[in-house]
Amino acid sequence: MVTLQLNHVSARYGRHPIVQDITTPCFQGGQVVALLGPNAAGKSTLFRRILGLLKGEGEVAISGTNAERPVAYMPQETGAKAVLTVYESVLLARMQGRSLKVQAADLAQVDRALSELNISALGERDIGDLSGGQRQLVSAAQALVQEPDILMLDEPTSALDLNRQINLLGVLRRLADERNMLIMVALHDLGHALRFADAAMMLENGRLIACGPTADVITPTLLRQVYRVEARIEPCSKGRLQLIVEEAV
Amino acid sequence: MTTESIATERASQGRAFYRSQVFRRQMILAALVLALFFSLCVDLALGPARYSLGEVIAALFTPDNVSQQARVILWEIRMPVALMALVVGASLSVAGAQMQTILSNPLASPFTLGISAGASFGAALGLAFGVAIIPTAIEYVVPINAFLMAMVTAFLIHALSLKRGVTVETIVLLGIAMVFIFNSLMALIQFFASQQAVAAVVFWTMGSLTKATWPKFWIALGVLATVMPLLARHGWALTAMRLGDAKAESMGVRPRSLRLEVLVLVSLLAAIAVAFVGTIGFIGLVGPHIARILLGEDQRFFLPGSALCGALILSVGSVISKIIIPGTIIPIGIITSLVGIPFFLFLVLNHKKASW
Repeated sequence: MVTLQLNHVSARYGRHPIVQDITTPCFQGGQVVALLGPNAAGKSTLFRRILGLLKGEGEVAISGTNAERPVAYMPQETGAKAVLTVYESVLLARMQGRSLKVQAADLAQVDRALSELNISALGERDIGDLSGGQRQLVSAAQALVQEPDILMLDEPTSALDLNRQINLLGVLRRLADERNMLIMVALHDLGHALRFADAAMMLENGRLIACGPTADVITPTLLRQVYRVEARIEPCSKGRLQLIVEEAV
Repeated sequence: MTTESIATERASQGRAFYRSQVFRRQMILAALVLALFFSLCVDLALGPARYSLGEVIAALFTPDNVSQQARVILWEIRMPVALMALVVGASLSVAGAQMQTILSNPLASPFTLGISAGASFGAALGLAFGVAIIPTAIEYVVPINAFLMAMVTAFLIHALSLKRGVTVETIVLLGIAMVFIFNSLMALIQFFASQQAVAAVVFWTMGSLTKATWPKFWIALGVLATVMPLLARHGWALTAMRLGDAKAESMGVRPRSLRLEVLVLVSLLAAIAVAFVGTIGFIGLVGPHIARILLGEDQRFFLPGSALCGALILSVGSVISKIIIPGTIIPIGIITSLVGIPFFLFLVLNHKKASW
């Protein structure tokens, strides 16, 4: 089973440190980990550091995988400028580092990724003609089609309507449960994090200020400190924890 | 019908559409090859001594069955020029295609980045003052000067683009700055040069295929044949570059190093082409756009498509330059722009989908 652990990880752009000294417990395949924090907390930078796109001190320890590219990443940017269909753009993500000849197995993976996200009907459309939400789903399919052991998604629900938000997060949950993928997802909706994530990491100003089971991280005290809001976390009638925000302070 | 069976049907529809799209593109590439062969034959047939297409084809495939005179005219005089049109057109178009791809800019071409302007300056030094940047045979002074200055320009842009914080927009701006610098230097040369030398410089900048020879053709072909597989090797990565650096990186591409490698390769292509035939600006800009409209941006089709479109435009330009005023060969650079731009505008304005 794939595992990921960060040991004193830092990252910088030029001389400016963005993420500093982050150490986490060992996350495992089958878990959904929510990466939380206000804007500019360093969430995207941490993803890029884990992916190896940024250098810095510390160690990103990934083990228990034989995949050539164990980590797939869905950035916030959805890249809609190219003259490509949805099907081509997902195939493109699949084929990086492979030969120019497309095999039937590659097409099967594209079909599977599109189907899993319920966007098979978009296959023939040009990516430039899609709405922001549709692009976001295509972007998720581009990450999924790489068959990673670790899937990192940077605010994948930011442009989606409520139905699609729940569907996408449900798909991620299922991928963790059924395929033993480790899912790391940056979210602004803490209610979604409470519902779908097993664990959470809270970042503020590039530092990890809390990490552990989701319910232990999303607390009124921490919400007041990090997000400057008064909030309660209470179980609903079905027993699920829900976040009730009173006011900004 | 269950939800699952609907999903399976939609998935197979997507795959079927993709396969039909691949087939359609293969057919377009095949049609371009046929059109290119036809244009080559017409180009060979035209000249002071006119031959029928049948005679040209006979001379190509069974040279022993045509007269000695036809064989010499077609193989020794016209063939290097006609083939040079194909190779130079392909080189300029591929160079433009990849510059547009790596810089994510529809206006990028060997012209925009100052490579052609650098080459013109090098050529003008030789034509106006007889300056050879490196000592060489007189016949090769102008093309070698042009080649060296084109490469100096490319490496200057390359070196500046290595600086931290330099974006693709900055690279394009650097190129435009190069164009202005070299244009000023050209004006300075023309100011001090004799009237005869100024005429030679002006003629060179119009671009002409008439100085093509077999050795020049083989050099240009050798460079094109070397660069194309190197670019094709990065086919998937180059296609991903059009999604933007962040998306490309997320797919495992290293945009910065790929951009630099491709910049060097296409500079070499453009420099060789411009050195041998002068500045032909239109092909590098428009060849890729036509290929993009016809074939999309999957580099498996876009790369050969750009080469074929560029080769076809220059070959047709060569034909038109011979027939527009009988007995006079108008410089090819003038023809390609005059005839090609209306055709290009027709394609762009009648194309239903966005082509950039």
